[in-house]
Amino acid sequence: MFGKLTLDAFTHSSLIIVFANVIMVGTGLLVIGLLTYFRKWGYLYREWFTTVDHKKIGVMYIFIALIFLLRGFIDAAMVRAQQATAGPGMEGYLEAHHFAELFTGHGTMMIFFMAMPFIVGLMNIAIPLQIGARDVSYPLLNAISLWLTAAAGALVMISLLIGQFSEAGWSGYTPFSGLDHSPSVGVDYWIWALQISGISTTLTGVNFLVTILKKRAPGMSFMRMPMFTWTSLCTTILIVLSFPALTVALALLALDRSAGTHFFTGTMGGDQMMYINMFWVWGHPEVYILVLPVFGVFSEVVTTYCNKRLFGYKSMVWATMAIAFLSFTVWVHHFFTMGQDPLRNAAFGIATMVIAIPTGVKIYDWIWTMFRGRIEFKLPMLWTLGFIITFTMGGMSGVLLAIPGADYKMHNSLFLVAHFHNVLIPGTMFGLLAGFYYWFPKAFGFKLDEKWGRHSFFGWLVGFYVAFVPLYMLGMMGMPRRMASYENPVWHFWLVIAAIGALIVAYGIFAMFMQIYVSYRDREKNRDLSGDPWGGRTLEWSIASPPPEYNFAIIPEVHDRDAFMYMKVHNTAYQRPERYEDIHMPKSTPIAIVIAGLAFVFGFAYVWHIWWLAGLCLLGVIGAVIARSFNPEPEYVIPAEEVERTENAFHDKVAQDGALERMKHIESFGDERSAYAATPEPSTTGTQSEKPL
Amino acid sequence: MSSNAHDLNSIRAAARADTEVNFGFWIYLMSDVIIFSMLFLVYVDLSQRYAGGPTAADVFELRGVFLETMALLLSSLTFGMAMVNLHQGQKERVVIWLGVTFVLGAFFLGHELSEFAHLIHEGASFTRSGFLSAFFGLVGTHGAHVFFGLVWIVVMVVQIKLRGLTPPVASRLARLSLFWHFLDLVWICVFSTVYLPGVLQGVAA
Repeated sequence: MFGKLTLDAFTHSSLIIVFANVIMVGTGLLVIGLLTYFRKWGYLYREWFTTVDHKKIGVMYIFIALIFLLRGFIDAAMVRAQQATAGPGMEGYLEAHHFAELFTGHGTMMIFFMAMPFIVGLMNIAIPLQIGARDVSYPLLNAISLWLTAAAGALVMISLLIGQFSEAGWSGYTPFSGLDHSPSVGVDYWIWALQISGISTTLTGVNFLVTILKKRAPGMSFMRMPMFTWTSLCTTILIVLSFPALTVALALLALDRSAGTHFFTGTMGGDQMMYINMFWVWGHPEVYILVLPVFGVFSEVVTTYCNKRLFGYKSMVWATMAIAFLSFTVWVHHFFTMGQDPLRNAAFGIATMVIAIPTGVKIYDWIWTMFRGRIEFKLPMLWTLGFIITFTMGGMSGVLLAIPGADYKMHNSLFLVAHFHNVLIPGTMFGLLAGFYYWFPKAFGFKLDEKWGRHSFFGWLVGFYVAFVPLYMLGMMGMPRRMASYENPVWHFWLVIAAIGALIVAYGIFAMFMQIYVSYRDREKNRDLSGDPWGGRTLEWSIASPPPEYNFAIIPEVHDRDAFMYMKVHNTAYQRPERYEDIHMPKSTPIAIVIAGLAFVFGFAYVWHIWWLAGLCLLGVIGAVIARSFNPEPEYVIPAEEVERTENAFHDKVAQDGALERMKHIESFGDERSAYAATPEPSTTGTQSEKPL
Repeated sequence: MSSNAHDLNSIRAAARADTEVNFGFWIYLMSDVIIFSMLFLVYVDLSQRYAGGPTAADVFELRGVFLETMALLLSSLTFGMAMVNLHQGQKERVVIWLGVTFVLGAFFLGHELSEFAHLIHEGASFTRSGFLSAFFGLVGTHGAHVFFGLVWIVVMVVQIKLRGLTPPVASRLARLSLFWHFLDLVWICVFSTVYLPGVLQGVAA
């Protein structure tokens, strides 16, 4: 009846896990209680759970990301604390298997449930607005993606309470993740959490790829797309082409574990290295899926806060495309030690080093954009500067690791751990937080607090160096990664320093949550009336903050790469049309949460081999999709009068804010004003590449 | 159907490959291509790993596979006929050709399942060796796609009966058509990667 699930699954040997469960369940009950007490369930259901509005979906993605940032960080801090207290003659405070669950959980959560939802959240909030669209191409699919991510996250969470999580590392290498070596349900939880979130990401990739290609406002040719849209386009291409590889690898691993097949087993003709190849055929593009959109964020931030056109836009576009292409050619560098011939290793090593070239192009483009710009040192600029310096160093250590000979020495050492944190923390985390600050007023209508933001920045930056420079040194001293305890006394000092670094990062995370709290408290003071708090250059700043559900009352016409700046310079921003029209928008629907709920139960049932339940859920998902196909696309109409009222209110606020006055005095830095004035009108746009698709 | 001139145009427009929703389906198919190419890779990698069990030459029987293949190829043609009739607004004929397609697809799937059952009965199950795992994995994934294609055909027939050839129905039929032809294409690759080399090995030996 209940498969492998017995009461034993609820008992935990470690007091720490029991304590964590008490906190998790307690917090959950508290939230449910408060929501019930304040009668918020109806509001949540109507406005959030059933919505198909990309802006709200984006906000919920980032909400999920922040929860998992906390959980992933707690895991990291516990790993650091264990290694600082488990040296020679010391016990540490964790059992080895619990330690293994922690580093597995940390990697899994940070990649799949922090970075990915955060990126997709920013894409959701910004991209339809940047390209002048009213929504994404498939709003319901977008909601399904969101709730599938939530369902997958819930599987990770529930593994803490019922059973256990994987001990096989975030990459789940076979044969260790096979049934012979990992008989518990941990790996199954890991498989289904990743599988469901991976499918969600694939759907998001399809959705945004079509959105960017098909839904751009008239006049927005490829070479007029904002940089964030460009990098996201490349990311969606990578998603569509790489995530299916992960889907297959995980599905076959699940079959090995539950159906007795021999894809990746060590015996009976299975091929263990096949899994590792397939994992990294996805895994390496995934690195760029995480980092490219963030490069886009930095590009937006640098142009906005330097008050200058992006330097080398075309080189930036080509560099992004080059990185996206090259990301598929380097996966073997994750296992130079597999035993293939030196020629093959050399080829992949060289391909890896080549990636440094387009990345360098980007770094120089950002620096040249700052050159002679009027730099405003707002928080996102700090994140950007911190990123440029830190990321360049991380990239250098990557080029070092790309040399197969050197990699034989560094492989699986803390040097590697230091390297990928050194690129992912500045390259993803810093940029996500910069984007968070940058687009926050657009999503919520008020700005984030600057002071606590700076505390957060310095906590992260200083904490990063204190935590990870020692890991580089430990790697050079030969310390392998993922050690629950060790006997070398020389390592201990540096691991204590690294643990102190984790504490400093903890302050950065605390300051970030303080920043959100303080900003919410003082929201009336920090209102963004004009919708353009930073003197923005792209279309999202031309509409109200937060935008109305239809985004654009009139779909704008794009004349320049910096479409909104062009409007401001030509005094065509904030113009009211002669008349408004009715707007059709997709209706809210509970079908996304139904499908995701079934997916969650399916995952849980598969983990515990409750086959009848898994089968029922699968049928339920198919049935829900079929049932939906019988409903004609439900829409509702926003009448023209209501649009007019909303837009008039916005224009009043714009006037009150003085944005119209400011528009007349846009200062000319470099050849700003003449650059825009010289842009030819669309009718005379010359070259082929500048034409809309 | 004389009063339907306008309808016919909107039906044709909805069935165009480059409408937003059909374009998205193309993108989805590209991701499915990656799924299949991964499974092909796995098969090629494991195709000689018999682990002392039956070899490809032992388990493949070309006559049945040939019938299967013909049925599936023919079903692509009959689906094409359904689409031609869709463009002419001939509701009844669309249903008939979809029915023929369904029968051919069901024959294919039934044959495949009986082949699977036979193999498992003979002790050549997917748990026997890496080769057989890869074989069942690749062919089974294709079969699962055909199964969902069949379900989709039934759903579309019901929708045509209930709604007639409206633009949304025509648009869905266009995607189903893409899906069906795609499965045909994949099968041709399966036939020439799995069955032909397997049987040729036996001939060479």
